[in-house]
Amino acid sequence: MEVSTELIVNALWETLYMVSVSLFFGGIIGIFLGILLVVTRKGHILENRFIFSIVNPIVNIFRSIPFIILLVAIIPLTRLIVGTSIGTTAAIVPLVLHIGPYFSRLVENSLLEVDEGIIEAAKSMGATPLQIIYRFLMPEAFSSLILSLTTATIGLIGATAMAGAIGGGGLGDVAITYGYQRFSTITILVTVIILVILVQGIQGLGNKLERKARRV
Amino acid sequence: MIEFRQVSKVFDSGGNKVEALRDIHLTVEKGDIFGVIGFSGAGKSTLIRTVNLLEYPTSGEVIVEGNLAKLSENEIRQAKKDIGMIFQHFNLLNSKTVFDNVAMPLLLSKLKKREIKERVHEILRFVGLEEKAKNYPDQLSGGQKQRVGIARALATNPSILLCDEATSALDPQTTKSILHLLKRVNEEYKITILMITHEMEVIKQICNRVAVMEDGHVIETGNVFDIFAHPKTDTTRNFVKSVVRDEVPESVYRLLKENNDESRIFKIEFFGTDSGQPIVSKTAKMYNVEINVLFGNITELQGIPFGNLIVELIGDDYEIKRAIAFIISQHIEVKEVLEDGSQHRIDRERFVGNALHG
Repeated sequence: MEVSTELIVNALWETLYMVSVSLFFGGIIGIFLGILLVVTRKGHILENRFIFSIVNPIVNIFRSIPFIILLVAIIPLTRLIVGTSIGTTAAIVPLVLHIGPYFSRLVENSLLEVDEGIIEAAKSMGATPLQIIYRFLMPEAFSSLILSLTTATIGLIGATAMAGAIGGGGLGDVAITYGYQRFSTITILVTVIILVILVQGIQGLGNKLERKARRV
Repeated sequence: MIEFRQVSKVFDSGGNKVEALRDIHLTVEKGDIFGVIGFSGAGKSTLIRTVNLLEYPTSGEVIVEGNLAKLSENEIRQAKKDIGMIFQHFNLLNSKTVFDNVAMPLLLSKLKKREIKERVHEILRFVGLEEKAKNYPDQLSGGQKQRVGIARALATNPSILLCDEATSALDPQTTKSILHLLKRVNEEYKITILMITHEMEVIKQICNRVAVMEDGHVIETGNVFDIFAHPKTDTTRNFVKSVVRDEVPESVYRLLKENNDESRIFKIEFFGTDSGQPIVSKTAKMYNVEINVLFGNITELQGIPFGNLIVELIGDDYEIKRAIAFIISQHIEVKEVLEDGSQHRIDRERFVGNALHG
């Protein structure tokens, strides 16, 4: 059977909705945890073994659970937060918990790329730890952070494909239920093409913004 | 004034203890351009970092208007605004313009925008980079970047400037201009400068006092002229040699081999007071000797000539001895260059004695 254009457009909106909302919350969590992972490590501006040894394994645990399992494993939590465990909005909770820790590792890498000399200069000026983070580390890592965010966004699009498992809808769900389970090759083809265009567009935009940030 | 009192620093990396500083006593007076020289690993980097507490001493005290380490975090941050620092690799923010880089310490102090603008332009004018205010660091040459570094360090009007190998990444020409700028900083702003370097040339050009470091110790300290004139340790001697060539060139030895009895070769060392040519021409006029300058290395230290001349004295033995005795009597050190490569310091009394006997 054929799939209506309306269905595809609807699915596209669902995907974009899930990606943007979970990117927003996941981004905040990721930046926060990423900064924490950097500044509390040994020898850094807010060295704190206690915090680091809590945050680090937590991030690892979330990173090691395959998303499809995380999706169902945290259903009680999802119900607690959004009131239901089924539907597009319900899918956002696991998506945030998936992308937050993932993005935090990318943020961590970006911030660690900043030359230690910059931090030394900041300290010699008598900057507070907070000033070092937002006046020195973040601006210097900015272009790299844009690329990290791009990577995280694309990873998120991939993850939304699995949201169908809890009735989240989206393009991936359409591809599975209509394309795979009902043998509609054309549906698979169309959704794949849309996803490819989406990913290409986001990567292109990310690269462009990154170059702009580096002024090249 | 900066005072190091029994300062020691031990780095403990996994049970592997490294003593970077051992019992350092040092006083940098107000208005000094004080140089600390040493090979890498001598501890000089650690030493300069104890001044603004980028490193805390393990024991002992560093006094900069009191012991900073005893203040609260907040007070330390305030005190740091009185100590500027520049770095070998400049450590500028590549994401910010020259203006914003220089404005940074003022921004951290929460100054008003208008005040910041005024101060930044004033200090950029001083370092000669006013028209580069809107450029980014990656559009500047190494020397210009260091000028931005200096401007940034001076923005808060500090009374002390720390220079961490500030010219080591620069070519000799640029090094000269940066040193010249640092000298102006010292003279016009009355800023005390403490600099560490591994280049004796830097010490020679602008420092008035110097400390030589080796293996965590300060092995020699004094005013630059004394250290250059009378180095006490091998390390210091080697550093001095890197600027003022001391060895006798091969060609002189070759000449010695072909020499007849009528000529002898001497090294005349000048440590200031009486300089270069007059003594040579005077000697030649007063005694029946011909003086042939083979090799010379005279440089200037704080406006005082310093170095050595290798001369060949031709004449009969008696006249040569009298001529040398005269030079020695002018308080100038003379050493005879011998074929076996040794240089004998001429014993003054023996010479006077010989001269009398002859």
